[in-house]
Amino acid sequence: MSTTYEMVIGVEVHARLATRSKMFCGCANRFGAAPGTLACPVCAGLPGSLPVPNRRAFELGLRVCLALSCRIGRSTRFDRKHYFYPDLPKNYQITQYDEPLGVDGRMEVDLPKEGILPVRIRRVHLEEDAGKNLHGREGGSSLVDLNRAGAPLVEIVTEPDFRSPSQAKAFLQALQRLLRTLEVSNANMEEGSLRGEPNLSLRPAGADALGVKTEIKNLNSFGAVERALRREAERQRGILEAGGRVRPETLLWDEGRGETRPMRSKEEAHDYRYFPEPDIPPVRLDAGWVEEIRGGLAELPLARRRRFERAYGLDAAEAGILTEERALADAFEACVRAYPRPADVSRFYQKEVRRLLNEKGWRMQDFPVPPEQIARLLRLVEEGGLNPAQARACLAEAASTGRPVDAVRKEKGLEQLRDASRLSRVVAGVVAEHPRAVEHVRRGKEAKAVGHLMGVIMRETGGRADPKAARSLLVRALREAAGEGRGNAGVP
Amino acid sequence: MDPIGWTAERIREGTATGDIDPVEVVERTLERIRSRNPRINAFLYTDEAGALRAAERVQERVRRGGPPGWLLGVPVAVKDNQCTAGTPTTAGSAMLDGYRPPYAAHVVERIQEEGGIIVGKTNLDEFGMGSSCEHSAFGPVRHPQDPERTPGGSSGGSAAAVADGMACLATGSDTGGSIRLPASLCGIVGLKPTYGRVSRHGLVAYASSMDQIGPLARGVRDAALMMNALAGRDPRDATSSSRPVPDYRADLERGVRGLRLGLMEESMGEGLDAEVERAVRGAAEALRDQGAEVVPCSLPHTAYAATAYYVTAMAEASSNLARYDGVRYGFRAPASSAAALVAGSRGRGFGLEVKRRVLLGAFVLSAGYADAYYRKAARIRTLVRRDFERAFATGLDALIGPTCPHRAIRLGERVDDPVRMYLEDVHTVSANLAGLPAVSVPAGKAGDGLPAGVQILGGPFEEGTILRIGRAVEKARGGARLLDGET
Repeated sequence: MSTTYEMVIGVEVHARLATRSKMFCGCANRFGAAPGTLACPVCAGLPGSLPVPNRRAFELGLRVCLALSCRIGRSTRFDRKHYFYPDLPKNYQITQYDEPLGVDGRMEVDLPKEGILPVRIRRVHLEEDAGKNLHGREGGSSLVDLNRAGAPLVEIVTEPDFRSPSQAKAFLQALQRLLRTLEVSNANMEEGSLRGEPNLSLRPAGADALGVKTEIKNLNSFGAVERALRREAERQRGILEAGGRVRPETLLWDEGRGETRPMRSKEEAHDYRYFPEPDIPPVRLDAGWVEEIRGGLAELPLARRRRFERAYGLDAAEAGILTEERALADAFEACVRAYPRPADVSRFYQKEVRRLLNEKGWRMQDFPVPPEQIARLLRLVEEGGLNPAQARACLAEAASTGRPVDAVRKEKGLEQLRDASRLSRVVAGVVAEHPRAVEHVRRGKEAKAVGHLMGVIMRETGGRADPKAARSLLVRALREAAGEGRGNAGVP
Repeated sequence: MDPIGWTAERIREGTATGDIDPVEVVERTLERIRSRNPRINAFLYTDEAGALRAAERVQERVRRGGPPGWLLGVPVAVKDNQCTAGTPTTAGSAMLDGYRPPYAAHVVERIQEEGGIIVGKTNLDEFGMGSSCEHSAFGPVRHPQDPERTPGGSSGGSAAAVADGMACLATGSDTGGSIRLPASLCGIVGLKPTYGRVSRHGLVAYASSMDQIGPLARGVRDAALMMNALAGRDPRDATSSSRPVPDYRADLERGVRGLRLGLMEESMGEGLDAEVERAVRGAAEALRDQGAEVVPCSLPHTAYAATAYYVTAMAEASSNLARYDGVRYGFRAPASSAAALVAGSRGRGFGLEVKRRVLLGAFVLSAGYADAYYRKAARIRTLVRRDFERAFATGLDALIGPTCPHRAIRLGERVDDPVRMYLEDVHTVSANLAGLPAVSVPAGKAGDGLPAGVQILGGPFEEGTILRIGRAVEKARGGARLLDGET
């Protein structure tokens, strides 16, 4: 008889904070510099060096706490966590143990099929990153790069609230959007500025007690998180079904082989010997400061999506795409303010702007055409000043030259034809070629005739005719033509 | 001119007016070191060329009419656990033999900015862990007055150098008594400031929550002068106080009339050397004669202070010394794996006493034991602090008692008995646990000529008050003289 097992998954996330300087010293907090170039006595743990906490890191950490509705204490403090490892210069990490920045938070994750999943956040705290060991250089010796040592991290720990690998993955993706929206972190898994370390245990379906969990590290993409959890669930199921016991251990994911392996060869119970960091006095979290940060908090992706649906009448999918990236959502809203037709704006951004971004390999935040210019473009299209193909060409030109839409249009010879005598000639020609339209006017169907002939005029002028001027000339010409005919019929 | 034995105040004023040539002062001081240090071993390193260059810069500064500086032209010794840029800083440990820091400690910068001339780095118990300077990897310091005795520790090199005239002033560091103890045994003045008053930036850490740098001088006025240079906010130390720094000499001559002083009862009883007790009571009497009110005062938790201190200090030490692993700097044992490199470097680089404290410290922090040891010690620390708060709340201006239970002991007398050695600090550790300022001032000498100090302990940032009281003791009891009797 086989048992059905339920997966119980929790996630521990480390995100590198987007501060200018490191957590405890003035060195630049940057990714990708030459090894050892961003290090000082504090980074190297030289004798006598002291950590001085970065105020900005607290602000970013507090943003996360507030966005996740955590409880924030009146003060917070750092602790030392001890273990020997060559990439850890002091052989202890400055972290937060029993007085973290925030506790007991929550986050809602919108799952494509299952709807909203509420996730409990156990804690949010600040800590420093370690350096990086570089193996296999200079005749088999290993080197340590200290550029990353002391980089500020925020750690976010969930309760074990996920029941499938896809839920854990969706959470990480939602958290990435949140961290980027808050401008707290680049949150890039491939660069390592977002690291997700899930833990998983199995229990018979319906049981309350938790099974023995394992933790998985070395996951460099959202896909890897899902794959590794699936694989680990299979592994554990195999053990349990064979009557064995899962060992509590940390596993490393091997993406190439698609399997996990134990991180340490033998089981080592770590005793981190935490104690309060004496070099840093407790930090008071002044209520005014916290409120100031709350006041400056960006609207969160899910809340914004719901507002977009409500306020702009967009459907969930459309609103979802627009709010996935803060830069896109911001641009959309700015554009709607200048051109209040949300559906058109949304369509244009999702189609034309996105196409261009893909083509050029740009990110939305780097897109050079401001929303007001997009609004101008849309208005031109609406008024018939540009046809869709011209609008697209104008957009591409404006994006690559950085020039305003009107200037581009002029350069391309797409500016409006307003000259009265030239317009009159076009109008006269069109009216002459369409006697049936004149007939329509006579029968009181002027609007229909005008609409039809305006289209013809626009076609003939390549969309350049000034719609307002053309329309009034056309109306006059049609009426005259119709009047002449009627005169012939001897109307008094 | 023989500036050996002159006060810092005299050298400073003479240098500022051009009556004293700083180069001559430094040359004479270096000569003194050359002739006397081989016997005493107070200095681990002297920087003759650097000191002479610094003296020439002071000459130049005087010529240009630059600001006088609190330490203008004054030869200063620096305890070798304070970083000097580009010159050796060993903390008395083989682990850091040959290590040259790329940056200078805040106090070193301050001394240089104020025109002080650093003549060398002084010997100490390894990483400040000891009370006799017998735990230095580079041999013990000997008492200037009796080479068979210890000058006390851990700032014994600094105390001996000042007492013997090899420096006019010196910095020490005090985690549980390491400035006051050797000051008391060498018959000079040593001040441990309020925690946070002097920046620890560049101080090789022993126990971070108690370490504090302070001055050693032959007189209270000079100690105050040096405090003017050392004290003040440093943004590189998060525990550094931003309180303004007064001129610590301002009130020194005001006397003690009207002050209420508590004689710490618990420290006057059992285990106290009769000569020391006589000296302390004599100092109390002298203060009473000058108009102070001296009343008995009880600090009931003092009995637990030494235990709480050692547990706390060892715990922090085990953490602070974790960085010495042979990976980035300092001594590295040859090894074929990372783990063996760390184990080998630490096993061979650290001395016995350091290893003892690191192991005990790791133990008291370990899972299952931290509640019984580390956290209990933290609670005792709070109780000790409250004892002091209560005493000061009853209107006492300062507390007095012995600095050390006895006078200078013989080398080797206690080095193999760590528990007895730890009790050297029994009267000094409370000030560190509570973060309070305390000064040791010479209170007299016995028939054998060995000095004993009186300890004066004040409320937070009351350095001015305790120095003023110390000044009154000094005036009544004769104060410090050079120990070798040459001048």
